[in-house]
Amino acid sequence: MRHDLFIAGFGGQGVLLAGNLLSYAAIIEGKNVSFFPSYGVEKRGGAAMCTVVIADGDVGSPVIGNPSVTIALNQTSLDKFGSKVKPGGICIVNTSLVNLEAFGRRDIEIIRVPMNDIAMGLGDARMVNMVAVGVYVAKTGAVNSATLEEALKSALPERNHSFIPANMKAIEAGAEFARAKTS
Amino acid sequence: MTKRLFVKGNEAVAMAAIEAGCRYYFGYPITPQSDIPEYLSRELPRLNGEFIQAESEIASINMLLGASATGVRAMTSSSSPGISLKQEGISYMAGSELPGVIVNISRSGPGLGGIDASQSDYFQAVKGGGHGGYHIVVLAPSSVQEMYDLTMLAFDLADIYRMPAMVLADSVVGQMKEPLVPNKRPAADLPDKDWAVRGKGDGEQRVVKSLFLGDGELEAHNWKLYRKYQELKARECRWEACQTDDADLLVAAFGSTARIAKTAIMMAREEGLKVGLLRPITLFPFPERAFLEATERTKKVLVVELNTGQMVEDVRLSVARDAEVAFYGRPPGAGSLPTPEELLEQIRQHY
Repeated sequence: MRHDLFIAGFGGQGVLLAGNLLSYAAIIEGKNVSFFPSYGVEKRGGAAMCTVVIADGDVGSPVIGNPSVTIALNQTSLDKFGSKVKPGGICIVNTSLVNLEAFGRRDIEIIRVPMNDIAMGLGDARMVNMVAVGVYVAKTGAVNSATLEEALKSALPERNHSFIPANMKAIEAGAEFARAKTS
Repeated sequence: MTKRLFVKGNEAVAMAAIEAGCRYYFGYPITPQSDIPEYLSRELPRLNGEFIQAESEIASINMLLGASATGVRAMTSSSSPGISLKQEGISYMAGSELPGVIVNISRSGPGLGGIDASQSDYFQAVKGGGHGGYHIVVLAPSSVQEMYDLTMLAFDLADIYRMPAMVLADSVVGQMKEPLVPNKRPAADLPDKDWAVRGKGDGEQRVVKSLFLGDGELEAHNWKLYRKYQELKARECRWEACQTDDADLLVAAFGSTARIAKTAIMMAREEGLKVGLLRPITLFPFPERAFLEATERTKKVLVVELNTGQMVEDVRLSVARDAEVAFYGRPPGAGSLPTPEELLEQIRQHY
């Protein structure tokens, strides 16, 4: 099985942490993975984006043109990467910040998730990325959500390990939302 | 199984240098390789090593020359414009038969260019970038694991053949993170450094130099260097062949581009196209025989590079006489990194 994914948002939304977390989980599960952050002349508050490829066998290219899944955390991300999703693929959209009216694709599955609202409901707006990871994992099974708890220990610095339960709650809320949507 | 770490390519280079016994690093910061000096500036002092941020690239390559002349393992790293500045020192090291590892996490040019991934330093690396007609060992990793393993190999080859060795990569391989098994330094049969200078003492005088003025002396020296290059070609060529046995088309690419090509080849195979990958791991010595043997069966080769055509020349010199060699490249710069889908289209066209 091979999973390829774009995660995009603005700096501060935790795009890179989400990509790192999925990568650590893949490693714990014995899979291969590549994590490639967009690399260029970046600036604070600017765009953040990463490509994650998870595979049982050879990862192949760390660079993808048309991913199976894109997670768009803000409007510019959808505008830039929404058109790139492979036909038949999935676009997970943070509808708290993204307007989908002008988005015309009918050949992919669009999952609308009010991520900021869900995160705020849990008491911390910074958990947007974890809600997104929960949706992604529930939707694709790229990694097991149980592995994510262990992966958080590697993805987060030691001083932030006390926040692991809160992160897991946000992941679970995202997964729950995805399951309710599809059932 | 050994625990796999999750490491950035540049960090893997620095970790491997330490594992290989390198305790001396000299460099000057430049994007996209600064993770290497950052890591070593933190780790080397703890190991009783020495990290020096020199006043320039020229100073740092000459510090490498000096350290190497005393027989220790030492390294410098930079990116393309900085590597250009180091060429004089690399030529002196080649002339003085000094080992030493030089890492080029190359960026786009010419001139200051940009910071994006690039393969346009191929000629400079493999043809002897400075004056005097020399070569250095050039290794081209295409994964984080290879960044680690080939850096250790670079130290060994440099010591065995008494010449500088370069690790040539770019910001894709340098900045991406992948699982890494931090292998132990492999056992290698290394020659004694009985040429290393060791200060005034009782022993015989040793001189490390690249100046040879005696009648016939320099010609003999150059023939000696030449024989080493022939020996390298005979013994040290490394390459990866992937699905080449039944291939009607061979894709040839190195480093980051080979990774992108690999996925394009998987996609082509799903369409029933018999395509294989031939990836040089040593760019010097270039795996000439691998190309000759592969093109005795497969007559079509598509070379893909992140430049307008450099390695393609070595491929053309190596293949069987009746093989057709096509080229697809993009000059490096923001937004010019090809995607697997783009390379699949090229494969379809040249199949």
